[in-house]
Amino acid sequence: MKAQRDVWGQTLVDLARTDSRVAVVDGDLATSTKADLFADAFPDRFFEIGIAEQNMVGVAFGLSTLGFRPWLSTFGVFLTHRALDPIRMLVSQTGAPVKIAASYSGLLNGSSGKTHQDIEDLAIMRAMPGMTVIAPADAIEAEAAIRWAADHDGPVYLRLARDAVSDIFSPGHAFTPGTVHVLREGNDALLVSTGVQSSRVMDAAALLAEEGIEARVVHVPCLKPVDEAALLSALSGPAPIFTIEEHSIIGGLGGLVSELVTSTTLGKTVTRLGLADAWSESAPNSYLLDKYGLSPARVAGQVRHALADD
Amino acid sequence: MSRTQATKTGTAELQRLAAAGRWHVIKTVADAKAGHIGGPLSAMDLLVSLYFNELSVDPGNPQDPARDRFILSKGHCAIGLYSVLALRGYFPVEELATFDQGGSRLQGHPDMKLTPGVDSSSGSLGQGLSAGAGMAMAAKQLGTDFHTWVMLGDGELEEGMVWEAVHTARRFKLDNLTAVIDLNGLQQYGWPVSEDDDRFDRSNPWSGVDLSGVFTCFGWNVISIDGHDFDAIHDAFDRVREQRGSGKPTVILAKTTKGKGVSFTEGTYKWHNGIATPEQLASAAAELGQVFEGEAK
Repeated sequence: MKAQRDVWGQTLVDLARTDSRVAVVDGDLATSTKADLFADAFPDRFFEIGIAEQNMVGVAFGLSTLGFRPWLSTFGVFLTHRALDPIRMLVSQTGAPVKIAASYSGLLNGSSGKTHQDIEDLAIMRAMPGMTVIAPADAIEAEAAIRWAADHDGPVYLRLARDAVSDIFSPGHAFTPGTVHVLREGNDALLVSTGVQSSRVMDAAALLAEEGIEARVVHVPCLKPVDEAALLSALSGPAPIFTIEEHSIIGGLGGLVSELVTSTTLGKTVTRLGLADAWSESAPNSYLLDKYGLSPARVAGQVRHALADD
Repeated sequence: MSRTQATKTGTAELQRLAAAGRWHVIKTVADAKAGHIGGPLSAMDLLVSLYFNELSVDPGNPQDPARDRFILSKGHCAIGLYSVLALRGYFPVEELATFDQGGSRLQGHPDMKLTPGVDSSSGSLGQGLSAGAGMAMAAKQLGTDFHTWVMLGDGELEEGMVWEAVHTARRFKLDNLTAVIDLNGLQQYGWPVSEDDDRFDRSNPWSGVDLSGVFTCFGWNVISIDGHDFDAIHDAFDRVREQRGSGKPTVILAKTTKGKGVSFTEGTYKWHNGIATPEQLASAAAELGQVFEGEAK
């Protein structure tokens, strides 16, 4: 069980040994994102830009036109918000192979509070044409996604969590864009999740099972592209659908699943769990997960309550 | 013309090319019923000088890895760039007629995926210098010798991202990067005329600011010229080359006149963009020494 940020820096070091295209463009946060591992190993391909996120995106684009495949290193919130316009014009609209490593994503970022909590990133990045949007479940899937992204000739948004969660996947797991993973079978409820929240949802499913409620857990690591047929297949059956994400309930995974379900004749309701159009606050992880309904116990409780109401 | 130019284009020929370029701008925009006039015309002498006397480029091989890079950061002046690219041979002059039309390679703002010779997409202002800095960093890292040129507008300098790149360029000692600032003193609407500044019909956006001093303080090499004086432009380009190895990026502060070359478009913010009437087209053609076959209605 490692943190995604730890495997990010180390995986880039491993890749750079044999791939001269790998570079890192940092916004003065390498000690947080763990890009400092790369800086130590490959100082010539580590570009420290300082606290200038728009500029670092422009620089990364410029590097990409000469054959580099640069990885951006800063907190996700500064990329998806402050640097959104350069990402839009220089990266997405040109299809540049710039890799947006959104570190410290979601709610849990070391008690930094709402200024640093990026709970809108999936909605923003999903809406951007040509962007691959990935939210891996654990360190193993993160490493697989990094390896895939490094070889992908186009822009990638990669949502990385600061803190470690229990591993979902086994070493050697390969990432394939669009793939949907059914992590657990059950016919009483359909729990759909993404990113590291999937690990907590697996724990929630275990709690529900103790009460005799069997939930199917569907992990969606790639919000775009997504294998819609596979996702719809995973959502079939009579059980109600819940989406659970460490993100706003607007436009992210809940948006994706709702859009998909309403475009078919599935005829099921989708209950979206996550940040209900509200800013969060500075607090320890356990407090935030509990308050915003994302801890295993709170997820299980909301599902149990909803099933009881039916 | 080959990539490495043995001889410089003479001033008379540059003047002829600039007049043709200005005509293509005003005529194309009138035909398309959309586009910008004032900025493309103020930048035209600089663009012609770059493409016919400075940039090491080959229109027959626009992706040549060794080519000099040029980024029009003030992307709304795309028609000015397209006109010069056409004159330089990247695509037929006749293709300018497709500007802004559906399916055209010549979009309202430069698109590097569509237009031969365009090294970076632009349009949202303030981003080109960062892109150019990245190209210049890559060139140094890869040991390649090309030079990267970025043209910005003086209104565009109001964007904060520009100054992030100004800082970065000095920190990385990018003496292979040059910013050319088209200081035409006007923007789309701009600033009201004040008591201490009455340039043209609106205030110079940098009134009261020592722009040369600002770049100097950032550690840049600064060259201030008349952006319509071909000799001064060429001298500035020579000095840019002399600065290679100094560790300093260079900025050329080129004082220009918005709408330069056509009497009714000069010096007014009202021709930032605009559609010339047939009468105005006839007048512009006469001033620029061009043949206008349309009929004045």
